[in-house]
Amino acid sequence: MNRIDEKLKQLKKEGKKALILYLTAGYPSLAATEKLVPELERAGADIIELGVPFSDPVADGVTIQRTSAAALASGTNLTKIFRTVSRIRKKSRVPIILMGYYNPILSYGLTDFVAECKKAGVDGLICADLPPDEAQELTRLTRAAEIGLIFLLAPTSTPERIKLVSQASYPFIYYVSVTGVTGVRKSLPNDIRTKITQIRRYTRKPICLGFGVSNASQAKEVLPFVDGVIVGSALLDCIEKAGKDYLGAAKKFTASLANVSS
Amino acid sequence: MHKGYFGKFGGRFVPETLVPALSEVEEAYNTIGRSQKFKAQLSGLLADYAGRPTPLYHAQNISRRLKFKLYLKREDLLHSGAHKINNTLGQALLAKMMGKTRVIAETGAGQHGVATAVACALLNLKCTIFMGKVDVERQKSNVYRMRLCGAEVIPVQSGSQTLKDAINEALRDWVTNIRSTYYLFGTAAGPHPFPTIVRDFQSVIGRETRKQILQKEGRLPDALVACVGGGSNSIGLFHSFRRDPVDFIGVEAAGMGIASGKHAATLSAGRPGVLHGTYSYLLQDKDGQIKIAHSVAAGLDYPGIGPEHSFYKENRRAKYVSVTDKEALSAFHLLSEVEGIIPALESSHSLAYLLKSKKLFAGKLVIMCLSGRGDKDLEEVLRVEQNPPHPPLSP
Repeated sequence: MNRIDEKLKQLKKEGKKALILYLTAGYPSLAATEKLVPELERAGADIIELGVPFSDPVADGVTIQRTSAAALASGTNLTKIFRTVSRIRKKSRVPIILMGYYNPILSYGLTDFVAECKKAGVDGLICADLPPDEAQELTRLTRAAEIGLIFLLAPTSTPERIKLVSQASYPFIYYVSVTGVTGVRKSLPNDIRTKITQIRRYTRKPICLGFGVSNASQAKEVLPFVDGVIVGSALLDCIEKAGKDYLGAAKKFTASLANVSS
Repeated sequence: MHKGYFGKFGGRFVPETLVPALSEVEEAYNTIGRSQKFKAQLSGLLADYAGRPTPLYHAQNISRRLKFKLYLKREDLLHSGAHKINNTLGQALLAKMMGKTRVIAETGAGQHGVATAVACALLNLKCTIFMGKVDVERQKSNVYRMRLCGAEVIPVQSGSQTLKDAINEALRDWVTNIRSTYYLFGTAAGPHPFPTIVRDFQSVIGRETRKQILQKEGRLPDALVACVGGGSNSIGLFHSFRRDPVDFIGVEAAGMGIASGKHAATLSAGRPGVLHGTYSYLLQDKDGQIKIAHSVAAGLDYPGIGPEHSFYKENRRAKYVSVTDKEALSAFHLLSEVEGIIPALESSHSLAYLLKSKKLFAGKLVIMCLSGRGDKDLEEVLRVEQNPPHPPLSP
């Protein structure tokens, strides 16, 4: 069984919610990514998303724009990310999702990309600019390899889109909590509960919420309605501020969120 | 054909938040945009406000040098100085009729920004223009023009601080303000339905040209020539001739030469990929990261290209060639000297191709789209010629 699917089912059985943390691969370095993943798992992360940096990240706010640019400047690419994941796999079984944009994947070659994901131990994929309508080929390939392909829903999604996305998305649905880009926000919109209830009418798949969730109190606010929460920019901000002690800071930040989700 | 595709090119590769907004634009275009009321209003604005039809001018002096008959389609005579206004009036009117209150747009050199600001002033729409910080600094007078017309100009500090980053930032704004805002895309690229909408609004160029040449010469031309950045003036000229036995030639910017790596010749030197919502030819590195384009003509300085051009390249309906900054600058001087017409640096690329390839057209009838006027480029030309990366010119 797919590791993400397995993890979500196990958490559900235990009455817990998933804590999903996003890191830009290669930020502050690939060696750091390799150290961070198992440490975040130990501190309470259930699933890790590794951002594949892209030169033109239209769905991302300033933090991930900055970390992506830094990762690219130091030579991060898919080949090196696969190598890093393989090394992490020697120490950890934590489910790993690659999150990014379509062009680097397309440029790598879809067939080769999925094969390398399988080989390295990647469990799922989120592509911010690839709605299911354009993903037939990638859907076929990832299904055959039992790799997750997670699609997104947004506050603007119509019933027609909810139907399509929840059918296509596996093993969970990514709900984008705000109309906007990734990044830390002071408060979350108040229509989240209504929208999640609407989506649940169309699907029994787990729904995890991301974009804008920055701290434990915000996580606590939304967790009653969803199956998991995704935090990225706030963690990266914390890593950036900590400088040399990024590992300790990231662990502490993760633990504060893990308290609320379990 | 799959929806929003030209052969295998095109599509709608965007974050999910934008999908319903693009569907809304598509539906509005198919209903409001095709209504008699809309068409009547738009053609009124094009005639009385923008100055259509534009002349099709037989440029005799330059024709004598070229040894073939060259007509210029004078889009440079339009209000705000370029073909861009054909599209901005159409889309701003559509936004207005959709009940949108705010319009955003990207701009490189500022031509699309000015044309958008002008249309929004006319139609009383709130207007925000995203422009790379580097471009804001090198196109000060266009920034002032936009502000004079009431637009807010936001200098974009991310990435390379040029056109592609202005588009990124406009898309980020659109995702954020999706319910109130219309994104007025400037070229025949981007996610479906923009390549079709922009082409349709620009195809007024070709429709007029076809009628005018039949009137003047009693026959169709042998070839149509236009510059290609994102590709809107060229696709606008070509579209009405697509079933005719007429050659299409798109001229890309080779910048400092394709071998130098500093160019914007997407079709000549790129490979297909996805950027800004569409699958088309792109300038990208081996990892699929987007490369920065270069051209002396800011309007050609884009690492992507409209998907219909990629389709025309693959099915060979059109031929795509390129000329360097230096060749374009020579053509800029020549047209000014012999015809008294100062062309935009973008349009100068088309003429530069005709000059260097004149033997191919001996005795033929050729129409070139003079997409814009060169007033906006004077500072840039002076700057380039005073600090030459190229030797001084003697045309």
